[in-house]
Amino acid sequence: MSNQFYPLFYSFHFYLFGLMALASSLMFVTRKSPVAAAMWLVATMFALAALYIMLDAQFVGVMQVLVYAGAIMVVFLFVVMLLNLGSPADLNDMRGKWGRLLAGFVGLALVAELMALTKSPLDLRLVLPAATDVPPTGGVIASIAAPMFKEYLLAFELTSVLLLAAIMGAVVLAKKTDAR
Amino acid sequence: MLAESLALSAALFAIGVVGVLTRRNAIIVFMCVELMLNAVNLSFVALSKLYGATGQVFVIFVMTVAAAEAAVGLAIIIAIFRHKQTVNLQNINLLRG
Repeated sequence: MSNQFYPLFYSFHFYLFGLMALASSLMFVTRKSPVAAAMWLVATMFALAALYIMLDAQFVGVMQVLVYAGAIMVVFLFVVMLLNLGSPADLNDMRGKWGRLLAGFVGLALVAELMALTKSPLDLRLVLPAATDVPPTGGVIASIAAPMFKEYLLAFELTSVLLLAAIMGAVVLAKKTDAR
Repeated sequence: MLAESLALSAALFAIGVVGVLTRRNAIIVFMCVELMLNAVNLSFVALSKLYGATGQVFVIFVMTVAAAEAAVGLAIIIAIFRHKQTVNLQNINLLRG
């Protein structure tokens, strides 16, 4: 999808999905119930997947829906329901007034710092590069597969070791032990 | 749309940081970390429009690491819940002197 044919249509939907992502992530951090929070996080991830597709990263958008919204969030919901965290005593998990004030200050400071860096007169100013769009060569997936299996082949192979270690670690940690 | 994407990415990352700092439920803290990883992925994808598809390769690596992190982290949470019957971070204070 490109913005050269229908620029107004494109920017309308870009802002729409951006606002959806922002609004559902705000709902996500303010929900008390873990299940409701997980559902709002799924909505955030779907909006981000739409943004990925609009930014010409169709494969990443599909992987976002399959892996994040489909697999990782199901694992989270599975654990929430396995541990039965719905009781009212568990729900009140917000920190106190000072903790929330401090957290809001840290969050505002992070955003303000990034915005200030783009306008700073110093040498360390963040400058958005003025490069032109790189046209995708050889299709959507082939342009990802070429660097992945050439330059980053070692990293790709090491990820499989990482996943194996994570699987074994998860099984060992979650196993019931009768040793005590 | 690059500037808007990077601004949205910064905002989502800050929301994730605020969530990590305000919540005490360990599972919600983990979900906030996933939101921060998603914000970073958005800036990778936005910049890959300028610099070619290498950024999207890194997004796939980040997703793999996030999946591994979720599996191990949730297993740790289950182990802690068996031990203490809670996932509230205030009650998980074995390291407190």
